[in-house]
Amino acid sequence: MTTLAAPARPRVVRDTWLVFRRELQPVMHDPFSLIFSLLQPVVFLGLYGPLLIGSSGQPAPDVLAWFVPGILVMIALFGTSATGSNLLYEMQTGSHERTLVAPIARSALLVGRALKEMVPIAVQAAVIALVTVPFGFRLNVPGMLVSLVLLSIFGMGFGALSYALALASRSKDWMFWAVQQAAIFPLMILSGMLLPVEQGPEWMRVAAAINPISHVVGATRALFAGDFGAPVVLSGFVAAFVLAAVGLWVGITAMRRSH
Amino acid sequence: MTNDTMISTDGLSRTFTVKKTTTEAVSDLTIDVQRGELVAFLGPNGAGKSTSLRMLTTLLPPTRGSATVAGFDIRSAPAEVRTRIGYIGQGNSGGHNHRVRDELLSQGAFYGMSRAASVSRADELIESLGLGGLEKRAVLGLSGGQKRRLDIALGFMHSPELLFLDEPSTGLDPQSRANLWQHILTLRREHGTTVFVTTHYLEEADQFAERVMVMDFGRMIADDTAPALKARLAGDVISLGFESVGDVGRAAEAVSSSLPNARTTRAAHDERILEITLEHGDGVLPRLLRELDAARLPARTAALRQPTLDDVFLALTGRSLRDDSASEPASDLPSSFDQNAEVPS
Repeated sequence: MTTLAAPARPRVVRDTWLVFRRELQPVMHDPFSLIFSLLQPVVFLGLYGPLLIGSSGQPAPDVLAWFVPGILVMIALFGTSATGSNLLYEMQTGSHERTLVAPIARSALLVGRALKEMVPIAVQAAVIALVTVPFGFRLNVPGMLVSLVLLSIFGMGFGALSYALALASRSKDWMFWAVQQAAIFPLMILSGMLLPVEQGPEWMRVAAAINPISHVVGATRALFAGDFGAPVVLSGFVAAFVLAAVGLWVGITAMRRSH
Repeated sequence: MTNDTMISTDGLSRTFTVKKTTTEAVSDLTIDVQRGELVAFLGPNGAGKSTSLRMLTTLLPPTRGSATVAGFDIRSAPAEVRTRIGYIGQGNSGGHNHRVRDELLSQGAFYGMSRAASVSRADELIESLGLGGLEKRAVLGLSGGQKRRLDIALGFMHSPELLFLDEPSTGLDPQSRANLWQHILTLRREHGTTVFVTTHYLEEADQFAERVMVMDFGRMIADDTAPALKARLAGDVISLGFESVGDVGRAAEAVSSSLPNARTTRAAHDERILEITLEHGDGVLPRLLRELDAARLPARTAALRQPTLDDVFLALTGRSLRDDSASEPASDLPSSFDQNAEVPS
């Protein structure tokens, strides 16, 4: 075989598609794994939700309209932040090394994986949104569809950061999990996902305003309420796109240095 | 370098710095490998074999020196190198959640094979590597030997013109090991593949490789055919048993005058056995026996031992290749911790 590789750009697109397809295969063979991994959000909905309803003193549909969108962002946050562990495992066997020796663009190895994160997020968020309807959640279908797009973009960016963290941790799994845990809980609490940050001290409100996830949470709430023109929808999309851009840039840089 | 040179390196070196200590894992590797050659890369753990391979396969940038692999520079054109080579590393290549057949088809696609070509090649390899019935099994559920066979199938998938294998037979049972070599030789026969393999198994290098390179402490200390290395560095040993210790002494004198280049010693375990180290022992033995008969010093027993590559390694370094602990610098760790010492993390 003496044919030269095709020009760079089509190759990156083709390679990204191949990596995306390979990553998606285990999910496609076992789609129920997506449902089983929804245990955590279900626990929050089932055990934390009633407490929130009780303590707020407001009607359940109003509380769920505020609470459920936050849970959907939680799904995206927790699922994608842990996804780097798959790469970590592949680095410890020889699977990642095999793909590094193959003639695939380094950027495609990262982007294909990050794009795959969109699929479980969209499926899982849709399932949770539908499941809460019998309990009084008001489903705005166009709002949900736009939210799924927003969450997918956000999840792709966060997944890319998780892969970058895996590449930086290399053989030290503990470092991956330590950083992931240290990052994820402050980000969650400071996004107003579980309790409104507005009632917290000044410094918390400042931190929440900087936290891109609070904008995504706010945008999801507005979209499910059918308020497509709310300024927070725009800032949510901006936050998601910035996160995706930063995540992919950091991830691709880490992948290019990977060996 | 000619068009038929598959690997050409010049002063290829790699240093690692761990906790402010710099070690040179590979020093000034300068080799040329021609198309179609089967080269065995031999050496103890930590000798720098894997590091050399990782540089040649574009996984690890060299600290110094240069290398051209399959016609392209590993630094300036790594993508070109990658399309032309295959690599079977020390680890397992299959992703743990992925199914056996899916992985083979993905691998084919990665190397630009058409769907139809990937399917037929995958089925062929599944059949010939004994992976039948495991097509839909996730890699996680395979046994160690099955995983290794999948690694081999993945490396063979695109029938590369140059194949690197890093300790491919480690962890395989003897039957699978023989099967692996059958595949390597078939690939070579059908596609003219150049094969570069690191191994611990001297028998393998001895049996299959036309060319043996020996590496120790990051340096290449020998590069020749196995018979030439053995003849040059170790020599054959003829052991002759006699009636009495006196006969041994007289026989030693007769041998020394007849074969001035031979070295004679008494066997450590039996004083009535004379050991003669020389070249081409198989050709000398019949004549030697006739001469001793004529001198009324008949040998009661005669044995010829041809050297192994282990003898070569011993002659080169004063250490046995089998005794891994001797090759490691003083270490506080149990030897099992050193198994992957040459793989930088």
